[in-house]
Parts: sequence; structure tokens; C-alpha cells
Amino acid sequence: MKNTSTIEQQTRIDFPVEKIRRDFPILSISVHGKPLVYLDNAASAQKPNLVIDTIKKYYLTENSNVHRGVHYLSELATKKYEAARVTVQKFLNAESEREIIFVRGTTEAINLVAATFGRKNVQAGDEVLITGLEHHSNIVPWQMLCEEKGARLRVAPINDDGEVVLEEFARLLSGKTKIAAISHISNALGTINPVKQMIEMAHQQGVPVLVDGAQAVPHIRIDVRDLDADFYTFSSHKIFGPTGLGILYGKTNLLESMPPYQGGGDMIKSVTFEKTIFNDIPHKYEAGTPHIAGAIGLAAAIDYMNSLDWDVVQQYEQTLLLLAHEKLAAIQGLRIIGTAKEKAGVVSFVLDGVHPHDIGTILDQEGIAIRTGHHCAQPVMQKYGIPATARASFAFYNTIEEIDTLIRGIQKVKEVFGHV
Amino acid sequence: MSDLKALYQEIILDHNRNPRNFKKMKDASCSVDGYNPLCGDHYTIYLKLDKGVITEISFQGSGCAISKASASVMSTVLKGKTRAEAEVLFEKFHHLVRGENKNENSAEEFGKLAAFAGVSEFPARVKCAILPWHTMKNALEEKKDIVSTE
Ligand SMILES: Cc1ncc(COP(=O)(O)O)c(C=O)c1O
Repeated sequence: MKNTSTIEQQTRIDFPVEKIRRDFPILSISVHGKPLVYLDNAASAQKPNLVIDTIKKYYLTENSNVHRGVHYLSELATKKYEAARVTVQKFLNAESEREIIFVRGTTEAINLVAATFGRKNVQAGDEVLITGLEHHSNIVPWQMLCEEKGARLRVAPINDDGEVVLEEFARLLSGKTKIAAISHISNALGTINPVKQMIEMAHQQGVPVLVDGAQAVPHIRIDVRDLDADFYTFSSHKIFGPTGLGILYGKTNLLESMPPYQGGGDMIKSVTFEKTIFNDIPHKYEAGTPHIAGAIGLAAAIDYMNSLDWDVVQQYEQTLLLLAHEKLAAIQGLRIIGTAKEKAGVVSFVLDGVHPHDIGTILDQEGIAIRTGHHCAQPVMQKYGIPATARASFAFYNTIEEIDTLIRGIQKVKEVFGHV
Repeated sequence: MSDLKALYQEIILDHNRNPRNFKKMKDASCSVDGYNPLCGDHYTIYLKLDKGVITEISFQGSGCAISKASASVMSTVLKGKTRAEAEVLFEKFHHLVRGENKNENSAEEFGKLAAFAGVSEFPARVKCAILPWHTMKNALEEKKDIVSTE
């Protein structure tokens, strides 16, 4: 552990957090008469003016359907929608924009892969490999697939710190494994998985890998080619963009070889009652009118993120995390759940004698928004033998002062429950 | 803070710390599980019925202070009540925690249950207070399904 007090000093000087906060109008509202302290970023992040204004402008002056009109607005909307795809491609360093599919969110992206790649390639007796720290959205679609096919879902366990046991992951990879699906960063524990290494291990066995990047993209720069990920997914709303939109990245050869997901308009080249010729990727996977404003809003969110110096952002976020860890751990009766060496953005904790739900209500009265519950990761809770945790999750617009407010809030929880 | 005090009244904190009738009942007439998937609250309510009267009631499980205290207080209130009386209390309790109790003079009739009036100011917590009651009602009706408040 670094010396936090010196880091604290440096951070106060180096990172223009107050300036950044002004870009996010919601951060200046009050909740129950107290300034909002928003520490529920892992659930959904707030939106900068750039995103809000871009979406407003779209509906004010640019709105129409895409890929189906010769008129001015339709061409404009199409151009912007496709430009958003290129923005995402560059953001992920994908080879081609054809590898970027717009979907509703991470959940839909994973379901898409399970329903197409999965249905085609997973047969009776085969296996799908996940890890013990997955979000329900990276468990249930695979479970459903395995049930349908008579295949087996294998789970690489996590250790007490909340890290995937790599030897087990390696051991569970075999000729039977048709796909491995792993999260990049755990939403319940904050663990950063060594996905590059895990992908390499899987590839040695010829196993393609889907990475659930929902919690990673808000915190670290992603290079899908460097990772050599076969599929990579994330949600716009967690990276400061609008809800209702997500990204599935897939390697060209995989996307071309998979059957379509949903049928309808836009995903076809020609239709007769006898036969339909499907469109090329990426459109093959985008049936129906897409979330055009969402895609354009996501591109604005990415533009915003690109305007920041990510080396500094990552350093700042690590400082917040370190400080939060240190200050929370100093509270008597508080136990941090998830103590991986590599962590980002998330501190889950439990407090002796106080259920997380009660912590959440009392903090809310102080204007502090955290998440309480099982975080859609019940197997993680079961591993630790707890029903739920309280979870503070950070973004680059959070401040050291907000961590202090959180600490005072928890002291108040203890007061209410008579633990002081 | 005043709202918080109204929610976490001493009686609620006390029943949370020392829940009454917090045990399994081996010879129960019926038992039903109640589950709140949002926060992971999970209780089993055990009832012993004799000619339509609740002669024993106990519970087990885990959850937040509101749900646990609600189950505990409920268990102390319902013992000796008939099925019909329990159902009336179920309705009354519902109105109370939803803030639909318009009868200003009713504090007495609610007795210990009145402590839960503060829940109505916290819409997100109404489910916590109601879960044990729903579960109890299903047990009364000898429904075996798992109760969910979602
Ligand atoms: C790790 C992880 N995967 C998947 C998801 C699902 O994302 P969405 O609900 O945006 O589809 C989440 C969101 O909570 C997540 O944290």
C-alpha cells in the first residue's frame, strides 16, 4: 500500500475534479436537504452536459429513422448513427466498425452471443466456463443455453480475496469447453480479472472468450485487440451515456459465422416468402429501428471520456479507492468484502449487527447514494455467506471529501443502531 | 434525522437485536417461506393452529432491521388470535405502513404495531415491513408457495 496521505496531497493538486463536476449538472442537486453524494456509479453513472445536449440537439434538429430514407434528416441520422459506431470502434481499438453491434445493454449483448454463437456451437456434453464472480447477466443466459442443449456450466471459483483461482480456470478449460465468459471487473467486489492472461489460457485450448466489460469500461482503457478478446460487451449508461444502449464487440470471423439474433427490418438484404438473405455485419444483428439517439449519446459520452487524461483519471480513481479502503477499514465492526490485489471503483462492505439495507436508508437521509443488496451477484454473496453488502462505487467525479461524508454517514448508522 | 428516529424507533431496534419467538417449530401446522429478492430478506414463518386459533407462532431467517422487527412484533401480537382476527390485523398493518391509516385516534388499537407508522415515510422500506405479514397470511391459508414481495 502506498502512503495515502501523500497521495491525498498530490491528488488535491493534480486532478481538476471541481471543474469536471461542473460538467455533470446532477452532481449539484440536494437530496433530503443535503448535497448529493453519488456513490452508486457501478449501478449507473451520471451524464455530462455534452451527452445531455447532444441528445437534445438530436431530437431538436436531427431526428429520423436510419438506413431507410433518401431525405435530408434520414441521411443525417444515418450518418450520425454510423459515425457513433466508428467512435466506439476507435474507443475499443477494434479493427473495423463492422465489429461493433449496437444492442440494448451488456445483458442483451451476452444473450445475443448465447443465442447465436452458443446455440450453434454448444451441443450436448459440451461445456461453458464462467467464473465465481459473475453478474447474473453473465450466468443466466449460459445456464439457459446449457439447459436447452444438455451442456454443462462450469464455474472457476474465487478465493477469499475475491480473485479467480487461475489454476482452477486453467484446469476447467478443455476440449469440451465451447466458450468462456468472464467479467473484466466484478461489480460486487471490484476485482480486476487478469483477462488478457485468461484469454491467452483459453486460446491455448482453442476456446473463444467473451468478456463482460460492464464495470471495466468506466475505469480503464480497453484495447480489444491487445486483449485478443473474441467478444467484449459494455453498457452505455455505466460510461456516462444514455440508458437503453450497449455494445457487443465481436471478431469479424465470429460475427460472420454466427446465425442472426432477431429477424426483422434492417437485418436483411432481401426477403421473399421462400427465402431471406441476411444483411452483412454489423446490420445482421440489428433488427428493427435501433436506439439512434442512444448511439449518438454514447458517442458523446466517449468524446467526453476521450477529452480527459486517462493516466491521471486512473491514478485519481485508484487514490479514491485506496483512501476509501483505508478509512472504511478503520471503522470498528466494518468488514470489506473483496480484497483483491487488483481492484477498481468498488468497495463492498458489511457492518456488524446492521443489515446493508438499513445502512442504505440511513445514508440516503444524508444525501449519500450507495447500493445495498446482492448486486445481481447472489453466488458471490453465497461464497461469503452473507445475504447482501453495502457498496460504494466511484467515478472520476467523486471527491475525497465525499469519502469523508460517507465515513461520517456510517458513523451515524452506528449511532442510530446504538453501536457507539 | 427526525424521520430516521420515526423509522428506527427503540421498539424496532430492540426487536431487531433480540427477536422474539425466533426459532424453528418442529410440530408446526404450517410453515411458509417469504423472500424479498431486492434486499435478500428471507424468513420462514411457523404457525400452530388449533380450531382456527393461532396457538403458537415463530419465525427464522435473516434480513434488515425493519423486516426482522416486523416479524418479531407480529409474532408477539398474533399469538392467541383467531384466523379472522389475524386477517383484520394484516389489513390494518398494511394501511399503517402504507400511510393509508386516516383514523387519527387509532394509536391505541395498534398497540406495538404503531411503531411501524414511520415506515410510510420510506416507500422503499414498506416491502420490508410487510414481508413477514404476507408470509404469515399465506401460512394461515396454508399455502405452501414461496412468497415474494417483488
Ligand atoms: C458486471 C456486470 N455485468 C453486466 C451488467 C448488466 O448490465 P445492463 O443491466 O446494463 O445490461 C452489469 C450491470 O449491473 C454489471 O455490473
